Amino acid sequence: MTQTRRTFLKTGAALMGALPFARALPAAAATDTLVVVSGQTINSLDLHRTGTNRASYQIAVNCYDRLVTFGAKEAPGGGLSYDYSTIEPELAESWTISEDGLTLTFTLKDATFQDGSKVTAHDVKWSFDRAVTVGGFPTTQMQAGGLVRPDQFEAVDDRTFVVKLDKPSKLSLPDLAVPVPFIINSALAKSHATEADPWAMEYLHQNTIGSGAYTVSRWTPGQQVVYERFDGWAGGPAPKVKRIILREVPSAATQRALVERGDVQVAFDIPDKDASELADSLTVFSTPIENCIHALCLNTNFAPFTDPEVRKAIACVVPYEDIFRAAAYERGAPLWGGEAGITDTAWPRKFPYVTDLEKAKAHMAASGYAEGFDVTLSISTDLATWMEPAALLIQEAVGKIGINATVEKIPGANWRTACLVEKRLAMHLENFGGWLNTPDYYFFWAYQKGHLFNSSNYYNEEVEQLTSETLHMPMDDPEYAPKIARMFEIAIEDLPRIPLYQPALNVAMNGADGYEFWFHRQLDVRTLGAAES
Amino acid sequence: MAGRWTAVGLRIAQSVPVVLGVVVISFLLTRALPGDPAVQFAGAAATPESIEQVRASLGLDKPLLQQFLIYCGDLLQGDLGQSVSTGRPVAEELASRLPASLELTLTALILSCAIAIPLGVLAATRPGSWVDQLCRLLVTAGVSLPTFFTGIVLIYVFYYLLGIAPSPLGRLDFIYLEPDPVTGFFLVDSALMGDWETWLGTLKQLILPAITLALFTLAPIARMTRAAMLAALSADYIRTARAAGLGRGKVLYGYAFRNALLPVVTTLGMVFSFVLGANVLVEKVFAWPGIGSYAVEALVVSDYAAVQGFVLCMALLFVLLNLAIDLAYSVIDPRFGTEAK
Repeated sequence: MTQTRRTFLKTGAALMGALPFARALPAAAATDTLVVVSGQTINSLDLHRTGTNRASYQIAVNCYDRLVTFGAKEAPGGGLSYDYSTIEPELAESWTISEDGLTLTFTLKDATFQDGSKVTAHDVKWSFDRAVTVGGFPTTQMQAGGLVRPDQFEAVDDRTFVVKLDKPSKLSLPDLAVPVPFIINSALAKSHATEADPWAMEYLHQNTIGSGAYTVSRWTPGQQVVYERFDGWAGGPAPKVKRIILREVPSAATQRALVERGDVQVAFDIPDKDASELADSLTVFSTPIENCIHALCLNTNFAPFTDPEVRKAIACVVPYEDIFRAAAYERGAPLWGGEAGITDTAWPRKFPYVTDLEKAKAHMAASGYAEGFDVTLSISTDLATWMEPAALLIQEAVGKIGINATVEKIPGANWRTACLVEKRLAMHLENFGGWLNTPDYYFFWAYQKGHLFNSSNYYNEEVEQLTSETLHMPMDDPEYAPKIARMFEIAIEDLPRIPLYQPALNVAMNGADGYEFWFHRQLDVRTLGAAES
Repeated sequence: MAGRWTAVGLRIAQSVPVVLGVVVISFLLTRALPGDPAVQFAGAAATPESIEQVRASLGLDKPLLQQFLIYCGDLLQGDLGQSVSTGRPVAEELASRLPASLELTLTALILSCAIAIPLGVLAATRPGSWVDQLCRLLVTAGVSLPTFFTGIVLIYVFYYLLGIAPSPLGRLDFIYLEPDPVTGFFLVDSALMGDWETWLGTLKQLILPAITLALFTLAPIARMTRAAMLAALSADYIRTARAAGLGRGKVLYGYAFRNALLPVVTTLGMVFSFVLGANVLVEKVFAWPGIGSYAVEALVVSDYAAVQGFVLCMALLFVLLNLAIDLAYSVIDPRFGTEAK
């Protein structure tokens, strides 16, 4: 065939026409694909690995199942939220708890893993053994629910799984619904295990081998994760969206431009400022994070803060409203100006303090530091978006009662060591949030001596005892509410931590719906759908 | 010719102690960082025991000297270690991210050279004219606008308002698949595959960040070209050449420009090395998976292996870059190699 200009153009056009279909992802049609942007990076597909960051927990949520999950309820900031008080089946069809509360017996659903093999109780046993053995965060989280040793777990037959507890605890069942005890295809994992790596950490780091609603079909660290729906999911109602692409976009300004233009459907975890500005034009969910408090902490190991009058003076001078406006753009929930009496066990709760300069001055005058003192107010550079405006406002306010505060910024890598492990910061901001949503759980981490988030070095014998007593006590026990109320009273009186506000998790959506807030603060993509527009 | 190769050999030999020094210093510096990686990687709810477990699993409970010997042993086998924060071998991570940064930096530099050098030459040949003023304006603007600001403005105008630029989502929009890696440069790889659709997609993603960086690097190059050209044009040999009746083009490009090129190439080398490390902000704004943001993230979480790997990689790159510049000198300046020892 002779090559003429015409044939050349023809073949060229045909080639060019075929290319986008050949190379582009086959079903990029808008209806079955959603694009999510987030500033966080996913650094592993295995939550149990050492060094796996918070953003990666969503892989465990979306690609694996647990025995049980939480139900859903209306959230205060709009949309849905998980409901701590209802436990629903995920892989377990049903369960029974023995009279003494020591034996939990689960019957599994007839479910399959993504490779087609059956989910058995032996898989559950292997996965739980892994979680309590590998050490680090997963093991600590399992221990919170009283799950400590492999011999507590038993696969009776293929469909019956038994957990034996050392002591009954109200935290055990909810602790099975957190992302950590996810169920792994043990046969497949074992085939990739080696002597040096008996738990197949290497393989699971790169692959998802669960029974969850989605599987990760592509993972480019630092760039994107592509979720592909698993149609045989037995854990819940079938997800609507076939493919979900999660792109990592570090710049908040870029995220905002993308979601406003509608090129992406979800911008996850956006700054408070953008959330408040986008709220008029897009669907924005700002859910107050349960059991999480942004607090001003006064280290009780440092001289002026040993004086309760000084701590009260500070609680009376903090400009709560200004901080809520400047640091949180009024996203979240206020935690000041509450009623004096305690009639319920709601937590986080409003402390009965308001900005009142006269009262603050009176407390200062009654203290041993009437003429004031110098102090360093420490903040983390990583959390500067809220800590910096809050710190500056506090600095200005405490100046009015003679406290000369100097703001010190500590780099992110050093922050945890200085603030939480060495607990050597006199006055600082802190933002602990507990996964298990009970006040005693919060007190356990933040008010008990030596625990990580008790960065104020607070110690009170009564709180120690009350916290230990209530931690595993059922919430409907008649003794529970009075004990919790007493803990609140002490915390309000002693003020090692002054609550500023309850922060919010902000999500902007443009062309998607079905958002549900979770305590783990990651995106559960299983409920997402494309919005009619 | 032999003299040139001896000089090159000498340069390479000189770089060996530099690299050894970098290995030691990067190791010590990362250990001197204030943060504690064991605390960082123990996760949200950590107990003293779990922090110790993590420390042992990272091998950080061993004495410093032993850690260093293990590190050196691994290095000799070409193993840069495992990054804890990304969970991948550092070498693999650098291999995927370095080309992204290089592609962006090189495109930006080619773009800025294509504008800055002619502009500098024109400004030098017509001092005080409108070209000279334009050059001054561009240079001032380029230096005074921070890159993240230019980047955001460009996104705002060309993507958000006008909608002609593609989504600033990194190297390739998600509807394309990455080309098979050969060089790691998407433009080259997709061209090698003959996949022009992806090539175009890559180019579109590249334009805005490249312009952002080019605006920033324009200034030193244009300034240097203008200054060097001015100096060259007032030199004796130009007067002689003109007096001998050589053509204007021959005088300008054959003699003046060739001599002016030496300082320009030097500046170019400096700008290149500077930009490669400094384009973190551009990478953040355009979600570019480059080496700068990788290093910063690793530093923030005290990820020792990643930081060491990055420093070492940059050191090697600089050694190569200096070598390349020296070689460029030898092409431009015939004196090179006869004097250099």
